[in-house]
Amino acid sequence: MDITDILNLSLLASMVRLSTPLVLAALGGMYSERGGVINIALEGIMLAGAFTAAAVTARTANPWIGLVSAAIAGLLVAAIHAVATIQFKADQVVVGTAINILFLGVPALASGAMFGSTGSTPQLPREQTLPDWNIPGIDSIPILSQLFSGHKPIVYLAILMVPASWYVLYRTRFGLRLRAVGENPEAADTAGVSVARMRYAGVLMSGVLAGIGGAYLSIGQNSLFTRNMTAGRGFIALAALIFGKWHPVGASLACLLFGLAEAISIRMQGVVSIPVQFIQLIPYVLTMVVLAGFIGRATPPKAIGVPYVKEK
Amino acid sequence: MKKLLRELTFPLLAVVAAFLVGGVIVWIVGDSPLLVYNLFFTSAFGSVDGIGYTLFYATPLIFTGLAVAVAFKCGLFNIGAEGQLVAAAFATAWVGLVAPEGWPAILVALLAMLAAVVVGGVWAGIPGVLKARFGAHEVITTIMMNFIAAGIVSYLTQYHYRKQGDPILETLPIAEMKDGVLTGPHIPRMHDLLAPLGINFPERLPLNLAFLFALAACALVYVFLWKTKWGYELRAVGLNPSAAEYGGISIARNTVMAMALSGMLAGMVGINDVLGYRYRYYDGFSAGYGFTGIAVALLGRNHPVGVLLAALLFGALARSQLFIDIFTNKVSKDWVVILQAIIILFVACEAVFRMKSKRSG
Repeated sequence: MDITDILNLSLLASMVRLSTPLVLAALGGMYSERGGVINIALEGIMLAGAFTAAAVTARTANPWIGLVSAAIAGLLVAAIHAVATIQFKADQVVVGTAINILFLGVPALASGAMFGSTGSTPQLPREQTLPDWNIPGIDSIPILSQLFSGHKPIVYLAILMVPASWYVLYRTRFGLRLRAVGENPEAADTAGVSVARMRYAGVLMSGVLAGIGGAYLSIGQNSLFTRNMTAGRGFIALAALIFGKWHPVGASLACLLFGLAEAISIRMQGVVSIPVQFIQLIPYVLTMVVLAGFIGRATPPKAIGVPYVKEK
Repeated sequence: MKKLLRELTFPLLAVVAAFLVGGVIVWIVGDSPLLVYNLFFTSAFGSVDGIGYTLFYATPLIFTGLAVAVAFKCGLFNIGAEGQLVAAAFATAWVGLVAPEGWPAILVALLAMLAAVVVGGVWAGIPGVLKARFGAHEVITTIMMNFIAAGIVSYLTQYHYRKQGDPILETLPIAEMKDGVLTGPHIPRMHDLLAPLGINFPERLPLNLAFLFALAACALVYVFLWKTKWGYELRAVGLNPSAAEYGGISIARNTVMAMALSGMLAGMVGINDVLGYRYRYYDGFSAGYGFTGIAVALLGRNHPVGVLLAALLFGALARSQLFIDIFTNKVSKDWVVILQAIIILFVACEAVFRMKSKRSG
């Protein structure tokens, strides 16, 4: 096996699959951060989504119920973040950290109590995980069929969410207001926009999307939840968000790049002499480079991280 | 005294509230909260072994708690203590592994300690420079540096410093037992330190000199922050950067200094684990010390005394984990992790309670 066996079409298909949870979490993070709330809790939200999807599916034997539950779990976890940071004006990074720690523990404790194993949820039979969908029309075109057909439904959702998020953010009143409270909450408030309500909306959307991204890991790509199965993907999504300069298309392209890095590192295991660790580091190193200003400038939303206190 | 009481009230309330919520979780899962509380107290404080282990587990948390606190005092959030201590611990072992054969063990041990402090400082200093020079948010850069440290160290361990055929991801040992004597660079255990004083501290306990270093670090951080000009400037930047700059204090310099100091403190965890306990670098040795450090600093109100007390609490929790895991039917050791998160959440929302009481009072 040489390098040409690694760089082929199925690598790109695997890039699409591996990017999916990243795209969803990054877009979720975008809604939160464009509204002015730092969301480093993406990792914890994804874990909550991944565990809920697997646990509910194991109990109901229906992955669709599992998927919806994961979205709701993500929403609820994001609600903790939102209430603490928007309502109680707690530090956004501290709360995000607490949530990440919380969901290292909660899935393991719950899994132990529900299924008698803290390490993982029961293995689901293949028919109880999300199905592969072929897209009529595309599935007969040679190259496109491999790239864009035969994936789990969540992959298509992620693909659709990219233009949809662009549209929402730049072409709707909601998007304009969300960006306004992230850039200049005082001005938005003066113009009659409820800063708190917009920020709630942004954070809660991040919860739903990151929750679904987590579900993809446990009932799409795999068939069970294992301890800490996100393995830093929430942080990679955060990195992609910055690398893509908080823009839906930019962030998604960054996710594709990071997904490609992961796909290559999986294939290279034991094949090529470059250690996989170095390929796994690519997202983090690139983000540092961007933050250092070597590739353009990553300017976050102006009011990010600052709780909004209405003046009396 | 009155001020001290006021400072203690809220953290205590947060801890009590977290234990109550934790008890409810135990009850939901299907066990007795009283049993868990009892296991916690008896395993952590009920015997010499218990106390010895509590102090041992508190040692890395004192370092990381101080690390996070020093950065906080300058208005910076060092979420990367984990990466700093991983890089530093590897560096500690690395010095032991590459030092020439004939060098005296004590010299190598000193160099290894120096490596821990320097590498930790550099690893945190990089985000400090990026913040000072380019305004890069230290939260994001330190998170990235965590992953970069983990990757590089795991690569070096796996490909360059592992014993042939060792299934565990760890380096070769730097000190080994030869004829009943630990030979190679290391620091003494508490047993050996107390024996000359006529105190018989059990030999089996891993508590070592690094614990005394941790206590000294508390005192030094206090003196530095509150009794020196440098510490004053660092805190001034943390309280009000623009006012500090107007007063002629450099924000950039203090940012880099605070991060570097923070990393140096985090790096000292490597001394405890590599030179005082395992005598090798073991990949995965850190039970999230860097992240628990955040909880320790917050609960300890970024004050060295508070950090010490909070680290003892979390050390006690770490000690009791195993017992809670074994002696309950359904509660796993993850309960302790959850409790940690709840404490952080409560402390984080403190501002609300303060505002409320101001309004009503």
